Amino acid sequence: MILQPVKERLTGWRLFLMSVRGRSYPRIIGMQRDVTWLVFDVLMPIGTVAAYVLIYQAVGAPQDYIGFVVVGGAMTAYWLNVLWGMSSQLYWEKETGNLALYIIAPAPMMSILLGMAIGGIFSSSLRALGVILFCSWLFNVSYEVTSFGLLFLVFMLTMAALYGLGMMTSSIFLLLNREAWHLANLAQEPVYLASGFYFPIRSFPFWIAAGASLIPLTLGLDAMRQLVFPTGASLGFLSVQVEVLLLILLSIGFIWGAKLMLDYMERLARREGRLTDTRK
Amino acid sequence: MNRSTFLRSFITSTWLGWQIESNWADPFLFLVYSIVKPLAGAGIIIVMYGVISKGNFDTPLFTYIYIGNAFYQYVAMVMTGVSWAVIDDREHYKTLKYIYTAPVSVPWYLLGRGVSRFLIATFSVAVTIVFGVIFLHLPIQIQTIQWPLLIASILVGVIMLSLIGVLLAGITLLTVRQSFFIGDVVAGVFFLFCGVIFPIELLPPALQTIGRLLPVTYWIELVRRAMVGQIAEAFPTFSGITEARLFAILVGLTIIYGVISIIVWKVCDRSAREQGLIDWTSNY
Repeated sequence: MILQPVKERLTGWRLFLMSVRGRSYPRIIGMQRDVTWLVFDVLMPIGTVAAYVLIYQAVGAPQDYIGFVVVGGAMTAYWLNVLWGMSSQLYWEKETGNLALYIIAPAPMMSILLGMAIGGIFSSSLRALGVILFCSWLFNVSYEVTSFGLLFLVFMLTMAALYGLGMMTSSIFLLLNREAWHLANLAQEPVYLASGFYFPIRSFPFWIAAGASLIPLTLGLDAMRQLVFPTGASLGFLSVQVEVLLLILLSIGFIWGAKLMLDYMERLARREGRLTDTRK
Repeated sequence: MNRSTFLRSFITSTWLGWQIESNWADPFLFLVYSIVKPLAGAGIIIVMYGVISKGNFDTPLFTYIYIGNAFYQYVAMVMTGVSWAVIDDREHYKTLKYIYTAPVSVPWYLLGRGVSRFLIATFSVAVTIVFGVIFLHLPIQIQTIQWPLLIASILVGVIMLSLIGVLLAGITLLTVRQSFFIGDVVAGVFFLFCGVIFPIELLPPALQTIGRLLPVTYWIELVRRAMVGQIAEAFPTFSGITEARLFAILVGLTIIYGVISIIVWKVCDRSAREQGLIDWTSNY
């Protein structure tokens, strides 16, 4: 796929779509130009997931818990991508000088972020798929999908809400400077813990699990586990229908919030001269 | 190149690395980051174990897992600290080409950049262990810790991890900025093979062999023996091997991996110069 030079002036939704395509292009094509990511992004992360599986085996956990780890381990790809490829990406773009170019260009920032998200989902999905396929084969994980349609819906809603959250937090990172790395780092393991990536979220008291549900992956993971494992429903936090409803609300809220926050933060960053500030 | 060049490169980059890691961030955020992150990592293990054992943490296996997981923080942080400096300087600050043209030793410069991560890791390990002793009643007592063995093991271990970091830094010179930290990703492989959170007997025999060829396996075992000797020795992996022999194996493997790292670095460094990759930007 080669992007052709723009020969006509586009506006409105056509400009939006072209910008989305333009920003997702380097992420998708870049993966083909340097295939070392296959080793570092797909093969090696399997090691961490397999290690967590073996903890459960060491303590004699039921087989479904091993499946829980595999699904959770696969979904870490999306959280890492939201953290490092969405939220902190605008900080990185500011530091490397691209952010000013995004602002100068007539394309809406939402389209830039959506392009990043689509490119990120593509690469993260490959990593997630690698983890699911390899670990399921290695540890003999069996799935009993009760509804493929509902599973697809839950996954898509989780992605919409998650990347909406990523777009929203990226606007905060517009204002941040060098502490941005620490903030992104800080949101890694604590979210693995709070969202129940490696255990059922129901293991937490209700209100802690409810609070953690503000992170879309908490509800998405719980619903997906309920839909693909025989004991998933008995270990679920809320019913799948309720979780779907909450995911819809989170998706709308985060995407709408992203638009508002981005506009506000961009204005603030312009006013305070932080869009090109890389020293503080 | 005389010895002072190595030392100067190391000391200056140590100072620079510390400034980047700590002084440029808000002190409160830095403190929270240094405490919350390791405790959350330990929390995952605690909840996983607690869910299955119904909250019974008073077992040798839990102590084995907890200590391994706590000290494993050195693995990821030291290796990432050294190798990430390549991306940080090449693509973030765009200073790698200036460092190459300055009278400094680049490998020593990178090793210095890893020191700050080592200091943060030390703090994180201490916080995790203290938390385990106070709240989970881990059977660790200050008077029974074999301090000389612990300090010597950590010292050799950090040198070993730093040298592996140089190897990864060499590879990083030739690769684009990956989505994730290369040091963290490779640490994930060690997490699986080196008996960090489970005895390596759980692995298939072929994979156990990989674990026995990696120095991190011996390092983690030595640290466990120094902390809780009798509990660590009860696990069958190295039950017939004395601490002195384990230490000798660790030193031997550190030398072997050190030589391999230097060779890989030199090959990658030359290749990166030939291909003009020293000021490469690969921001996707």
